[in-house]
Amino acid sequence: MIRIEPRANRSRAMDLGIPVLSAVIALAFAAIPLLAAGANPITAYGEMVKGVFGSVFAVSEMLTRATPLIFTGLAAALAFRAKLWNIGAEGQLYLGAMAAVAVGAGWLDLPGLLLVPLIVILGASAGAAGMAVPTYLKSRFGADEVVTTLLLNFIILIFLQMMLEGPLKDPMGLGWPQSAPILDQGMLPPLMERMRVHSGLILALVLAGVAQFMLARSVWGFRLRAVGENAAAARHAGINVKRSLFGVAIISGGLAGLAGVSEVAGLKGYLTADLSPGFGYTGIVVAMLAGLSPVGVVIAALFIASVFVGADSMSRAMGVSSFLADLVVSMSLLCVLVGGFIARYRIIRSGTGRAAS
Amino acid sequence: MDLLNILMSESFWAASLRIATPLIFGVLGALICERAGVLNLGIEGIFVVGAMCGWMAVWLGAGLWGGVLVAALAGAFFGLLHAILTVPLGLSQHVSGLGITLFATSVSYFTYRTALPNVSSPPRIEPFQPLDLPILSDLPFLGPVLFQQTALTWLAIAMVGLVWYVLNRTALGVAIQAVGDNPDSVDAQGLSVYGLRIGAIVAGSALMALGGAFLTMSAFDAFFFGMVNGRGWVCIALVIFASWRPGKALLGALLFGAFDALQVRLQTEMGALVPGQVFLMAPYILSIIALVIAARSADYPRALLQPWFKGQR
Repeated sequence: MIRIEPRANRSRAMDLGIPVLSAVIALAFAAIPLLAAGANPITAYGEMVKGVFGSVFAVSEMLTRATPLIFTGLAAALAFRAKLWNIGAEGQLYLGAMAAVAVGAGWLDLPGLLLVPLIVILGASAGAAGMAVPTYLKSRFGADEVVTTLLLNFIILIFLQMMLEGPLKDPMGLGWPQSAPILDQGMLPPLMERMRVHSGLILALVLAGVAQFMLARSVWGFRLRAVGENAAAARHAGINVKRSLFGVAIISGGLAGLAGVSEVAGLKGYLTADLSPGFGYTGIVVAMLAGLSPVGVVIAALFIASVFVGADSMSRAMGVSSFLADLVVSMSLLCVLVGGFIARYRIIRSGTGRAAS
Repeated sequence: MDLLNILMSESFWAASLRIATPLIFGVLGALICERAGVLNLGIEGIFVVGAMCGWMAVWLGAGLWGGVLVAALAGAFFGLLHAILTVPLGLSQHVSGLGITLFATSVSYFTYRTALPNVSSPPRIEPFQPLDLPILSDLPFLGPVLFQQTALTWLAIAMVGLVWYVLNRTALGVAIQAVGDNPDSVDAQGLSVYGLRIGAIVAGSALMALGGAFLTMSAFDAFFFGMVNGRGWVCIALVIFASWRPGKALLGALLFGAFDALQVRLQTEMGALVPGQVFLMAPYILSIIALVIAARSADYPRALLQPWFKGQR
C-alpha cells in the first residue's frame, strides 16, 4: 500500500525549484508532439531561443507579450490566495479595454497628463465592477463564482461585439467591428524607439511589487491569507470575511481590467473582439506556476511569454503548428500541479495499508 | 402572434432537442463526476477532444459508431488524467480541471493542424442521418420533432434513463453517491474510495466526449476551431440547476435548448428592433439566474471539492 503524508518541513529550495523543474519537464514532454509533427526538437528549441533572445526586437516582443500576463497573473494569484476562484479575467480584461476606448477615443480631448490616468483608473474600475457582480452573487446567494465568472466571460464578449457594432464603432472604420483609435496623448508611451514594448510593463512591475509587499507585510495581506487558509477560523478571529472577499475581488478584477487597458492603450491603439488571445485564462497558468506569489508572477509571465513568442517564430521556421505554444503552456500547468504535490507531501510505502488507519 | 407561431412549430421543438443533445451528454457526465465528489472543469476541453477525435476517426474510415467509440475512449483518457490528479493526489479540482481543458483543447487543435496543415476549409464527413421510422415518423407533430433526430439524440435520452437507473437502483450507484457524500463511511465498508471516484470520473468524462462528438458527427459534418464555444461551462451550470438529478438534467438541457432555438427565431423576427447580441447573451444570463435560484436550495454532494486520503481523517 501507498500512503501519503504531508511533509513536516518544506524547504525553500523546493518551493523555488519545483516550478522551474516543472517548466523544464513540460518542455521535454513537448518534444513528443514536435516529433509527431516531424520536427527535430533540438533544432526546434534552438529556433525558439533565437526567437526570444536573438535580437533586441525579439526581447521587446517577449516583454510586450509578458505585460498583459503579469496583470492577469496577478489578478488570478491574489484572488486564489483568498480562495476566490476568479476565472473571469478574460471578460474583465475586455471591460477594462472597453472603458479605455470609451474615454480615450476622442470624446474627451484632454491633455495626456489627465487623459492617461483617467483611462487607467476607469479601465481598472470597469474590470473591478466585472468581478464585484459574481462576488456579490457568491456572498449573497451562494452562487459558485467559478461558473458565474466563466459564463460572464461569454456575456461580456457578446456585449463587446454589440458595442463594437454600436456605440463604440469607429465611424471611419469602413464597416469593420472595431473602435475608434485612442487619442495619441492617451496612449501609454513606448519604452524604446521603434519597439512595441510600452510603459504598461512598468505599471505591471510596480503593481507586482506593491502586491508582494502588501501580501507579506500589511494587515490587509494577513487578512486575505487568513480567509484563504480557513474562512471559518478567520471569521472566528473577527475578520469580516465578506469584506475581505470584496476587497480582493475588486483588486483582482481591477488588475484584469488593467490588462485590457495596457493592451489597447499601450499596444493596439483601438479595440477589436480579438484583442486578447486568452490572456485571462493564461493568467491562471501564470499564477499557478508562480505558486500564487506576485514576484513569481513576473517570472512566470516572462517564461510563458517566451514560450508563446518563441513557439511562434519556431513554428514559422520549422513549419510546426503554433498551437504547440498552448500545448507547452497547458503541460506546464499540469506539471507544476504535480510538482506542487511532491513539494507538499511524501509518498510512503507501507506494507499494511489498512492497519495504518 | 409571432411567439405563439414559433412555439407551435415543429421545427422549433426539433431544433430545441437538437441543441439540447450535446448538453444532455455533458450534464450527465458532469453529474456523475460530481455525485462522486469531484468537480470536472475539464469538460470544455473534453468536448473539444470528443468533437475532434470522433470526427477524425470517421474521416480516417472508422465508421460513425467507430467514431463514437474513439471519442468516448479519448474522453475517458482525459478523465483518467483528471482523476489521477484530483483523487489519489488530491490536487485542487478547480485548477486541475482548467488544466485539463487547456491541455485537451490544445492537443486537439495541434493534432488537427498537424494532420491537416494547409487546409482552409475542413474536410467533411457523412454525418449521422435522422432516424426515419416508417409509422412513428408520420405521427402529427411528435413524428417530425422526435424522429427527425439522429441516433445520438436517442442515445442521449437513453443515457438519462440509464444513469438514473444506475444511480438510484443499483448497489454501484448507491456507492457512487455515498463516496460523494461521505467517503469515510464508504471506506469503513471496505469499498475503495479511490476506485469509485476514479471510475465515476472516467465514465462521466467518456459521456462528456460524446457531447462533443455529436457536434462534429451529427449537428455538423466537420471540425472547426472554437466550435464548442462554452457549451461545457453551460453544462457545469446546468448540473447545479438540476440539483444533481438526471431527470432534471434532461429538463434543464431541454429548457436551455428551447431558449437557444427561440433566440435564433426571435432574432430573425425582431432583429430590426433589438441588437441580435441581446438574444445571444440571454442563454448565458439565464444560466446565471438559474444558478442563483438553484444555489439556495442546493443539496449538493457534501464531499464535493474535498480531497480524501486513505488513513487520514
